[in-house]
Amino acid sequence: MTIGLGHYLTVAACLFTLGMLGIFLNRKNVIVILMSIELMLLAVNINLVAFSYYLGDLVGQVFALFNLTVAAAEAAIGLAIVVVYFRNRGSIAVEDINMMKG
Amino acid sequence: MQVLQSYAPMLPEIALAVGAMLILMIGVFREKSVLFNPGADYAAGWLSVLVLIGAAVLVINGAGPREVLFDGAFISDSFSRFSKVLILGGAALVLVMSFDTLARAKLLSTEMCVLMLLAVTGMLLMVSAGNLIALFLGLELQSLALYVIAAIDRTKVRSSEAGLKYFVLGSLSSGMLLYGASLIYGFTGSIDFSVIATAVQGQTPQQNIGLTVGLVFLLVGLAFKISAVPFHMWTPDVYEGAPTPVTAFFAAAPKLAAFALLVRTLLTGFPGIAAQWQQIVVFLSIASMLLGAFAAIGQKNIKRLMAYSSIGHVGYALIGLAANSEAGTQALLVYLAIYIVMTIGAFACILSMRTADGPVEDIDSLAGLSSTNLPLAFVLGTILFSMAGIPWLAGFFAKLYVFGAAVKAGLYTLAVIGVLSSVVGAYYYLRVVKVMFFDEPKVKFMPVDRSTGVVMALAAAFVLLFIVVPAPLVDAALSAARSLHVATAATQ
Repeated sequence: MTIGLGHYLTVAACLFTLGMLGIFLNRKNVIVILMSIELMLLAVNINLVAFSYYLGDLVGQVFALFNLTVAAAEAAIGLAIVVVYFRNRGSIAVEDINMMKG
Repeated sequence: MQVLQSYAPMLPEIALAVGAMLILMIGVFREKSVLFNPGADYAAGWLSVLVLIGAAVLVINGAGPREVLFDGAFISDSFSRFSKVLILGGAALVLVMSFDTLARAKLLSTEMCVLMLLAVTGMLLMVSAGNLIALFLGLELQSLALYVIAAIDRTKVRSSEAGLKYFVLGSLSSGMLLYGASLIYGFTGSIDFSVIATAVQGQTPQQNIGLTVGLVFLLVGLAFKISAVPFHMWTPDVYEGAPTPVTAFFAAAPKLAAFALLVRTLLTGFPGIAAQWQQIVVFLSIASMLLGAFAAIGQKNIKRLMAYSSIGHVGYALIGLAANSEAGTQALLVYLAIYIVMTIGAFACILSMRTADGPVEDIDSLAGLSSTNLPLAFVLGTILFSMAGIPWLAGFFAKLYVFGAAVKAGLYTLAVIGVLSSVVGAYYYLRVVKVMFFDEPKVKFMPVDRSTGVVMALAAAFVLLFIVVPAPLVDAALSAARSLHVATAATQ
């Protein structure tokens, strides 16, 4: 069996769905949400690189590099906000993020 | 030299980025001097306003034909200039009116100003984005700065919770947008909007299912950013939790930038499959209008009320996009311009809601405002009337243009639902007016800060006098809409 574009897209779709489920189903910890976001962003990279190879077009790989950079910046800012939140609230459990409702 | 010359259309963005870095440097090196007051850094504030105004002047000076830079990544046309002037003006007004409030909360810092300038740079890049990479980078530059600004009051739980919620949902939406972008790239073979437009010309969903899925993901990501229902859940919490000046900033400039991005993407990238995205936009529009009207009724916190009100306004503005015509785009731009002025005016009033103990946010605390502070009650009343769409204030004409465009495009259902939901919406706006004018006073507010008062007066004057001279705004919006539709027609 040869591995074609469809296989790569399926893997990426699975990872992306896992990431999204991780955000919605996770009831424990904000760090898990950060990991799920990272999973989503990196699933996109598989898509981009697979398409880039399949189309014979380098733009997809350039896009993937930008994507990596932005994902790193996003993780840094996310962790910083989580640290600030922990200092104020003393907890990062998802069920404790409930000061505002309505 | 020639290379530098060719960057000229990008001058406003370059000026903003350089200005932000300069202010950062000044802030860092001034830390050692005795005159430095970390929480109330008026110098950095005024310097940022100066940079914003300078960039706006550069945008207006750069008026000319459509120009494309960096292989189509950056487009400067009359549409982008219209949006940029509004974004820069809105950001400058919000900053000016919030100086004293920020300084009292010890938040008027170099960081705050620099982050705002960087967010505005991101917004300008979004407005000019001509391909998917530029779209993504502009959006992220804006969003990353905004996440931090939401959590800037870092000793308060509410502010950091607002930042956390905004970050999680914002990143989720970026992820979906990116996934959509990757599918669109894969199934059309290009990231350039104009090339995508030719590739998708007249395709049905059966022919290219991957493209349709990608477009839906892209739309979901952008709907998050403009907070259209059902992707609005972050808005009320972030609006309530973030410091009020930050909320005012969120409600004005980023909304316009995200809208401009959405309009440019759909109209220049996917005009050939308009029938597919129109259905989604119509759904988003109806859902936003209805939820904005009904969910706001029970709100007690004025910032939460403004959040639902802004969701409703997004619904009305989306009607202009659903119409998919020059008149529709013009109506959308006019609507957003008037919305921004009204929002800034309303938030100037909310910033003035403070007692000797500090700021208050309950709608009940406005009781009897007409007897304790008539000018403030008058301005807030005018702006709320305008938001409700009472003739002959600016908000009425905004809605008139949008509904007119919908009727012209044959979207009668949308126009009827819009009119009905604005009737429901009028109820909660008028309830606040009733509280201000007919209830017994409970608390006495401190006098209005001078800069806040000036912005308030400007907003009220605009809302009242729009009927006298509507031409400049309406004509500018028309030429902006035309530049987009001409570019679209050229690719087909």
